[in-house]
Amino acid sequence: MTTALTTSGLTKRYGSLVAVDGLDLHVRTGEVYGFLGPNGAGKTTTLRMLLGLVRPTAGSLSILGDNGRAWPSPALGRVGALIEGPAFYPYLSGQENLRALARRARVSRERVTEILELVDLDQRAKDRYATYSLGMKQRLGLAAALLKRPELLVLDEPTNGLDPVGMADMRRTIRRLAEDGCTVLLSSHLLTEVRLICDRVGIIHRGRLVSERPIGELGGAGRLSVRADPLERAQDKLGRLVGPGAVRRSDADLHLSVDAGMAPAINRALVAEGIAVSELRWHQPDLEEVFLELTEGNGAVQGNAAPEGNGNVGGNGHVS
Amino acid sequence: MFPDIHAEIGVQARRAANWLLLATAIALTVTFAYVIPYAGYKGATEGPGSDLTPMLTGNFAGSAIGGMPAFIGALALIHGVLIAGSDYAWDVWKTILVQQPSRIRVFLAKVVTAALGCLVLVVVLFAVSAAASLAVTTAEGGAVAWPAASGVAEGLGAAWLITSMWALLGVFLAVALRAVALPVGIGLVWMLAVQNLISGLAAPLLDWVDALQAWLPGGAAGSLAASLGAREDTPAVAELTGPAQASLVLTAYLLVFAIAAGFLLRRRDL
Repeated sequence: MTTALTTSGLTKRYGSLVAVDGLDLHVRTGEVYGFLGPNGAGKTTTLRMLLGLVRPTAGSLSILGDNGRAWPSPALGRVGALIEGPAFYPYLSGQENLRALARRARVSRERVTEILELVDLDQRAKDRYATYSLGMKQRLGLAAALLKRPELLVLDEPTNGLDPVGMADMRRTIRRLAEDGCTVLLSSHLLTEVRLICDRVGIIHRGRLVSERPIGELGGAGRLSVRADPLERAQDKLGRLVGPGAVRRSDADLHLSVDAGMAPAINRALVAEGIAVSELRWHQPDLEEVFLELTEGNGAVQGNAAPEGNGNVGGNGHVS
Repeated sequence: MFPDIHAEIGVQARRAANWLLLATAIALTVTFAYVIPYAGYKGATEGPGSDLTPMLTGNFAGSAIGGMPAFIGALALIHGVLIAGSDYAWDVWKTILVQQPSRIRVFLAKVVTAALGCLVLVVVLFAVSAAASLAVTTAEGGAVAWPAASGVAEGLGAAWLITSMWALLGVFLAVALRAVALPVGIGLVWMLAVQNLISGLAAPLLDWVDALQAWLPGGAAGSLAASLGAREDTPAVAELTGPAQASLVLTAYLLVFAIAAGFLLRRRDL
């Protein structure tokens, strides 16, 4: 499989602060790549280096098959991006803003009309940008990113500020673009979002790549917590039902590494044994817990991550 | 390059603030070059206020250019700051550069747009000045005698050079400080306060400061305006040097401001 984007030892220092430290990313052509990390991890700085806005201190990057020697990449003309939220002239309408950008990008007026329809802004296209809601601004930002029919689309937290319907729309749009052959690099601090959209994921923490792997191998799967009485009998029964390795006991609860869909069967099995079930609770881990799992759980830092990435996560594995 | 200029002109032409600057320039020129001097002429019996000559049609170019070294120049500086600084304030640089990654092309489009904005400014002010001088000449029953076309062209060129130099100072300050308010503040303090302190306080006391004035942007602008017929009682207008040296100094400043701003924009992170 060809790569749409690779970085090698990409580094950005601001004085003594290392914002991005020897980053090696590999984004394959046609995939939706999740670039996951907490706020301040170095995601946006990395994306700004890719887009020629921030000059790397060291390392190289290659975009869409360029030779990686020039910065900014000569392939940027085939890249669309929405970085750190939308930014347009507030006194111009959405349409005027896009037309001004289209002139610079040598894109036709017809494409502007087409793209406004695609992001569902055609009805408000002639209204001033300053009057747009946050969701509309975000959609206009996506429209600008798509203006050039990019082969690589870079989106930085694209669902920020969107309501649930807007978030779902944005995710559908991103998946549709990927199905049409566009490679998408999506940065996010939302684990759920990345799970829903992405094929592979790279996790960055304190400027370093902690892990790069297929989304299915990300870990951090949910768990079912069971509160039952008597707890010993419940543990024995569930061990036989789902396997003893999938059952872990804490003070008053049992924690099961199972699919959420198994909850009714587990409840039925316990009740049939005469065990009183007072609580069944599904727990979806957040990004912080996934970091813990990746950096401490089984000592596992897998995938293509740089070996030194393991040691860079804080001693207690918590995201600062 | 042309699509970038076209895009930039479209963006600036739709900005109300630029038209407000133009309206302010017209109001200042009409008020201080014609209305107040004419009122003074009508009310005065003798002295400086009694001189009608600068307000007649034959001298409209000098009256139009008189404000360029100071207050019209200040408006040109604000125009330059708005063109380059607003993109920092609204964070639009990143949006533009994702579409057109060549910073120099985007920057040159801004420089050309700033210069074209100044051209519109001086052409409009010359036209307004011509109309006002015609009104005064007619009202006073004088013979309408226009200056030679070459003289008007010379005045227009000088006015364009002066205002473009101030606008490019605005562009430079905006890029250097990556803002709007601070560059406007610093630019205006220089033009309206520091220049006056230099000419009114420092130059009479220190010979080298006096000699230096002709090499400063304001001194060169004032000299060029004075050599083209601007009234010497206008603020910042004084013939400190000849028009050739003044033009060269202004051109040098214009180039230095443009190159320095372009260099900073190209080198720094956004």
